[in-house]
Amino acid sequence: MDLIEVLSFAFRSAVGPLAITFALAAIGLNIHYGYTGLLNIGQVAFVMVGAYGLAITVDVFGGSHLVGALVGLGLAVLLAVLLAVPTLRLRADYLAITTISVGEVLRLATRSSQAAPLTRGADGIAGLGGPFYALNPIPPGDYGFWIFQLGSERRVWLILVGWALIALMCLLVWALMRSPWGRVLRAIREDEEAARSLGKNVFSYKMQALVLGGAIGGLAGVYYAIQAAGVAPDTFDPRITFYAYVILILGGPGRVLGPVLGALIFYALFQGADVVLRQASAQGWLPLVDWFGSQAIGATRLALVGLVLMLLMIFRPQGILGDRREMSLGA
Amino acid sequence: MPAPDERAAIPLGGDDLAVAQRARAQLAEVAPEPGVPKPDPLLRAEGIRKAFGGLVAVDTRHLEVQRGTIPALIGPNGAGKTTLFNVLTGFDRRSEGRWEFGGQDVSQAAPHRVAQRGMVRTFQLTKALTRMTVLENMRLAATGQRGERFLPALLPRTWRAQEREHTERALALLERFGLADKADDFAGELSGGQRKLLEMARALMVRPRMIMLDEPMAGVNPALTQSLLEHITDLRDEGLTVVFVEHDMDVVMGISDWVVCLAEGQVIAEGPPEVIGDDQAVIDAYLGTRQDLDDLGPGGAR
Repeated sequence: MDLIEVLSFAFRSAVGPLAITFALAAIGLNIHYGYTGLLNIGQVAFVMVGAYGLAITVDVFGGSHLVGALVGLGLAVLLAVLLAVPTLRLRADYLAITTISVGEVLRLATRSSQAAPLTRGADGIAGLGGPFYALNPIPPGDYGFWIFQLGSERRVWLILVGWALIALMCLLVWALMRSPWGRVLRAIREDEEAARSLGKNVFSYKMQALVLGGAIGGLAGVYYAIQAAGVAPDTFDPRITFYAYVILILGGPGRVLGPVLGALIFYALFQGADVVLRQASAQGWLPLVDWFGSQAIGATRLALVGLVLMLLMIFRPQGILGDRREMSLGA
Repeated sequence: MPAPDERAAIPLGGDDLAVAQRARAQLAEVAPEPGVPKPDPLLRAEGIRKAFGGLVAVDTRHLEVQRGTIPALIGPNGAGKTTLFNVLTGFDRRSEGRWEFGGQDVSQAAPHRVAQRGMVRTFQLTKALTRMTVLENMRLAATGQRGERFLPALLPRTWRAQEREHTERALALLERFGLADKADDFAGELSGGQRKLLEMARALMVRPRMIMLDEPMAGVNPALTQSLLEHITDLRDEGLTVVFVEHDMDVVMGISDWVVCLAEGQVIAEGPPEVIGDDQAVIDAYLGTRQDLDDLGPGGAR
């Protein structure tokens, strides 16, 4: 077994654009779920409107990427407000029901032929990202050493910008959550009736939290569209939200760096396991998996990741960065 | 327990002491009749009605709360005491009725507005914010915080001084309620009785004029009950109005200035505790004798 290959692939994935996309989506989700206790099961919807906001602005309206990114963020904010008005006054479950369906409705609407003039239907929109790479100041070459391989100058630029965005968002979350504003969010997570009885306008704070977390989800979408050089509706399936939750719970909800660490570990594990399994299969060590055919490797990988998550929940239910003492108090 | 002069160092934000004391003395001249007007009411409610579908939980004709007093709200289980609390504080929407608090109509106000106006309630099942520290619980409750708005929150310069003031006040109040050494513990680590104390101290951070306690003694051990009772009378003596719901008649007789008895959503009696203790309607409501006698038919005597 080639350990170097496993480690370098794991590193490459952990810092890569997809991990960055998920880290950003999970930072947004952390504001919803980790700090405010809002059960948003449709984070993918925010990612999707962010991505499509950029893509449609550029493709259909011939706008610049910058305008497209702003449109994407604006649409995410609009979606948050639209979701908030009918659901935030109701019990928490209704937000969960609404968000999970909005994600699917958006995906299906986007891929429908009626929407094709705007969205190009199921094929999606390609050819994005050119102006982004035009700004790349990094000289051509292949970057990295030993197991820490980053790739071409284009990938390095993408990664640099991505991690800068993550740093910026973490800074924002940190600054907000140490303030009295963040304290109100945490109080709502603990008991919204109590917050109300102390004179806090719970609806307004939930709305602000939903908008902020949604906008960061939209940012994840804008970034995704650029790194993938396009968008296609079926990438935005509900699994995106579930992976974001896995990442958040893995890292530790309600911690500034929880989603970032979660994304790093999730991707390192997910891709590392893939290489390990393929190598083992090539060596003929996995006769049972091989007997099921080559697709079985993907399924086995998911099962392995699931097992790791189960062990984590048993031994560290508060996530890697969480505080056990806090967790034991329950809600 | 700190000495009285130390306590006075924390202004609570209730009514002017002289006004409150005069108001309390005036209560002696009020006739013990259901719905009787008071000379100096802080709360004045007209025709509060709350129905859940076909069930009328609260239906009071007229109800006033005299400033600077401790009125107790009593009544058998299901009499509508907690519902009345919920309706008055905006947590349940009224079906009908209007009420004024301190001269302002708050009958349609949202719960947070009611609290900001100075009418702060606690809950039957304590709502300590368990995964926040005791001190954070206290700081949260301060009103008018600049740092609670989104943009100023990002600029600590705008709220740091205010936060320091709130922290000082919070620590002083914790000291008063014997929780000072718990300031940095999670609220979830407190005992049941300590949570009741925290909830009371936290409510005071809002600077209320009236504080409404829903069964403050429930589940509290006898030793702590005494201390809670002292806290309640102290608050009144510093100008606050303290309405409370209670089942334990000894407690009610011990500290209340006025008792309102609710049964099946209606005020069936109100008056000074010694009068209410002997009131036949109250005894009937608690023991259920009236219904039993009615069942006997016309021959049944009261």
